[in-house]
Amino acid sequence: MDEGKLIISTSPHVRDPINTRRIMCHVIAALAPVTVYALVIHGLSALWVLLASIAGAMLGDFSMQKGRRLPVTLDDCSALLTGLLLALTMPPKLPWWVAGVAGLAATVLGKQMFGGLGHNIFNPALVGRAVAFVSWPGYFAAGYAKSAAIGIANTAAHKTIQAAVDVASGASPLAAMKIVYDPSTSPIGPGGVPRGIVASTYYKPLLLANPWGCIGEVSALLLILGGIYLVATRVIGWRITVFYVGTVAALTAITGRDPLFYILAGGLLIGAVFMATDYTTSPLARRGKIVYGIGLGVVTWLLRFWSNNPEGVMFAILFMNALVPLIDRYIMPRRYGRVKEAEEAVRT
Amino acid sequence: MGRTSGLLYRIRGGVHPPSSKDLTAEKQIRRIEAPATVTIPMRQHIGAPCTPRVKKGDEVLVGTVIGDSEAFVSAPIHSSVSGKVVQVAPQPHPAGGEVLAAIIENDGEYRRDPSLAPPSPWEDMQPEEIRKEVRSAGMVGLGGAAFPTHVKLSPPREYPIDTVILNGAECEPFLTSDYRLLLEEPDAVLEGMRIIMRAVGARRGIVAVEDNKPKAIKAMETCVRGSGIEVASLRTRYPQGAEKVLIANLLHREVPSGGLPMHVGVVVNNVGTAYAIARRFSEGMPLVERVVTVTGSVVREPSNLMVPLGTGFSHAVEACGGFTEPPAKVIMGGPMMGLAQYTLEVPVVKGTSGILALSWKEARYSEPAEPVCIRCGRCVDVCPMGLIPTYLGTYAHNEKWDLLQRLHIEDCIECGCCTYTCPTKNPLVQLIKTGKAELARRRQHAERRESENRAAAEKSEGAGKDG
Ligand code: SF4
Ligand code: SF4
Repeated sequence: MDEGKLIISTSPHVRDPINTRRIMCHVIAALAPVTVYALVIHGLSALWVLLASIAGAMLGDFSMQKGRRLPVTLDDCSALLTGLLLALTMPPKLPWWVAGVAGLAATVLGKQMFGGLGHNIFNPALVGRAVAFVSWPGYFAAGYAKSAAIGIANTAAHKTIQAAVDVASGASPLAAMKIVYDPSTSPIGPGGVPRGIVASTYYKPLLLANPWGCIGEVSALLLILGGIYLVATRVIGWRITVFYVGTVAALTAITGRDPLFYILAGGLLIGAVFMATDYTTSPLARRGKIVYGIGLGVVTWLLRFWSNNPEGVMFAILFMNALVPLIDRYIMPRRYGRVKEAEEAVRT
Repeated sequence: MGRTSGLLYRIRGGVHPPSSKDLTAEKQIRRIEAPATVTIPMRQHIGAPCTPRVKKGDEVLVGTVIGDSEAFVSAPIHSSVSGKVVQVAPQPHPAGGEVLAAIIENDGEYRRDPSLAPPSPWEDMQPEEIRKEVRSAGMVGLGGAAFPTHVKLSPPREYPIDTVILNGAECEPFLTSDYRLLLEEPDAVLEGMRIIMRAVGARRGIVAVEDNKPKAIKAMETCVRGSGIEVASLRTRYPQGAEKVLIANLLHREVPSGGLPMHVGVVVNNVGTAYAIARRFSEGMPLVERVVTVTGSVVREPSNLMVPLGTGFSHAVEACGGFTEPPAKVIMGGPMMGLAQYTLEVPVVKGTSGILALSWKEARYSEPAEPVCIRCGRCVDVCPMGLIPTYLGTYAHNEKWDLLQRLHIEDCIECGCCTYTCPTKNPLVQLIKTGKAELARRRQHAERRESENRAAAEKSEGAGKDG
C-alpha cells in the first residue's frame, strides 16, 4: 500500500465546486444580454465607455496588487465585473477618458484601498461612478442620448415626453417626470395630461428600448431576466432585490405616483439586481438582507422625492453600504436552541 | 400511526452534496472473516477509556470481556474472535494517535464465551435491568459518535422521556450501512427500538428515514404496522441526521444550547445500535461486529460488510477486491465529518461506519493560506445552528476568544456545511474546531488555577490558625 502518501486533512472531504470566479462569471453572463443590446442601441460611443471603464478597473486592481506585492487576482474576474457594472451605470455619450478614470477609481479607491476583494465597505463600481459624477457633472448631463437620435417612435405622446426630457436638459426620463409632475415647471401645464397616462406612456420603451437613461438602463426586461437568472443559479438571494423594489413601489404608490414607472425608470432595477446584492457590501444574514432592502427603498424614495437629484439609487446604495456593519452587528440569524424555558431547565 | 411528515420547521440550512450512495446501496450486507490477528483498542467510545482485563498469553473466546472501566460513561469491550492474546500495547487508532490495544491471534474457530446467553425476554425486564444488559453488551452509538448507549438510556428523573427517535437518516454521502439494515433486518431494528422505548419509558417512537431511501421507508412501514410506531420521511439534506436537527424537524423542539436531547424529552438512537441491542436480547451477542460500508471510486467492489471489530482497514478493503489505483485519501466515516487516515493499518472500531477511499481528483482542492471571505453569506445560510461561521473562523484565526464566546462557538456541531459551501475554500470548520479546543483548554486552565488559589488560600488560613 502506498502509505505516507495519503492526504491528511480535516473534514469535510468534499466541497461544493463553486468558487469566486464562477460567481463573477455568472453575474457577467447575467449582464451580457443587456450589454450587447445597449451597444446595438447606443453604438460606438457606448463601446468606448465600456472598454475604457473595464480597462481602468483592471488596471487599478493590477497596479495596486503589484505595488503592494500581493498576488495579482485578475483571473477571479471581479475587476472585469466591476468595470462592466460601472460602464452600465454611465451615460452612453460620456467621454471615454472619464469612464477610464472612473474605472480606475472604482478598484483603487473603492476596493484596493480597503484591502481588496471582500474588505471594501462601498460598492466599488458606485464609488467609481460617484467620483466621475461629482468631478464632471457636465459631461454626465450631456452624455445622455435623445430619443430622436435613435429614431424611436414618433408619436404625439412621445413628443410630449421628449419635450419634457429636453426641458430637463437632456437628462433621464426620471428627471423629465419630475418636471411633468411638478405643476409649476411642467411644460404640459397644470390639469393637462392625467398623471397615470403620462407615466404609462413610458412603460413600453422603458421595458424594451429606453434611449434616455444610462447604458445599462436600455431595457428593464433584460435586467429583470438577468436577475431571475442569478436567483435561479443561486448566485444571489431574492431578498434584497425584492424588498428594495417592493419598498420603492409601496412608498411611491402611497404618495400618489405611478409605482410601475418608478420601478422601470432610472437606475432602480440595475441597482437593485446587480449593485445592492454585491456580497461584500451587503449584510451577511438573510434577516439583515431584508432590513437592508427596506432601508434602500426608503432612502431611494426620499432622495427621489425630496432632493433635486434623480440619481437616488446610487446614493441610496452608497449610504446603506455604510450601515451594513451596523446591520451585521445587530441583526443576526436566529440561533438554534434559544428557547428560554428549556435553557433554564438545563441550568437548574 | 403511519407516516409523519418531515416538514422543515424553524431550523434551516444544510447542504446537498452528491449522495454517491449508488455505489453500495444495492449491495447486500456480506459477513467477512476476521483476519489472522485482530487489534482491539481500549478506547472505542466517548468517555473513560477501558483498562485491559486480559494480558499476553490469555485465551479468549468470542464475547470475552477484554477491557472495562468503573466509570459510568464507558462501556466494556469484548473479543470478536477466539484465540490467544499475543500482546497488549499501544497501536495506531483510526481516531488519531496511539491507543492501548489487545492484539489477539485468531484461531478461526469463533468459539463463543459460554457466559453469553440471551437474557430473559425484555418484556419481562425492568428498565434498570435492560440498561444493565445494554451496558454489559458494550453498546455504544454506532452512527459514528460512539456515545455509550446505557448512558443515553439513563436520563435523570427530572427529564421524563416521551419520544424515542430511531435515526435512519444516514445523511452523509457514500454511507449505506443503516440503509441496508433497514432493508434487510427491519424486524430486528424495530425490536431494538422497542427495547429502547421500554428502557426509557417512552410512549412515542419515530423511525426517521430520508426520502431518498423509499425502499427502506417501505420496509419499515410494513414492519411497524399495528405497533404504534411511526415512520417519518425526512427531506434529504445534510445534516438531517444530526440529533439536534432531527429533533427540531420531527418534533418542533429545540435542544437548548449546551443541552442534550433528554432535556426536551427525547432519546435518539442509531439504526445500527438498535439492531445490535436486538441481537443481544435474542442471541446474547455483545457488540463484537458492525456493518461497515467500504466504498469510493478507487475501491474495486464497493460493499457493505459485517466486520468483526479489530479487523484492519486493509483487510476490509482486500475483502472488497482492493484498490483499482492507490487512493489519495482514506477516510473513516463519511466525507462530511469523517476522519482522514494516514495508514490503513488501523482497526475497525465500534464507531467505524464506513471506510471511504478517494482518488487524487476527488481529494484535491486548495485552501487559501490566509482565510479569505468575500462575504457571500453562503456559510451563514447553510449553518443549521444559526451561527455566523465566517466570523467564527476569522475570530478563531485571530484568537479573539471573547468574541468567539459571544457568538456561541460552542453551539457549532462541526457538521462542515459552512466549509463545504464556501466559494473561497475558507477552512471554516477547521478554524472553528481549533478555536473550540483552545477555548476549552483555556477554561480548564482557569479552573485549575482557581482551585489552586483556593487551596492556597485555605492553607494559609489554616496556617494562620495554627500559629
Ligand atoms: S458553524 Fe458549525 S454548525 Fe454551523 S455550518 Fe459550520 S460546522 Fe456546521
Ligand atoms: S461562505 Fe466563505 S466567502 Fe462566503 S461568507 Fe462564508 S466564509 Fe465568506
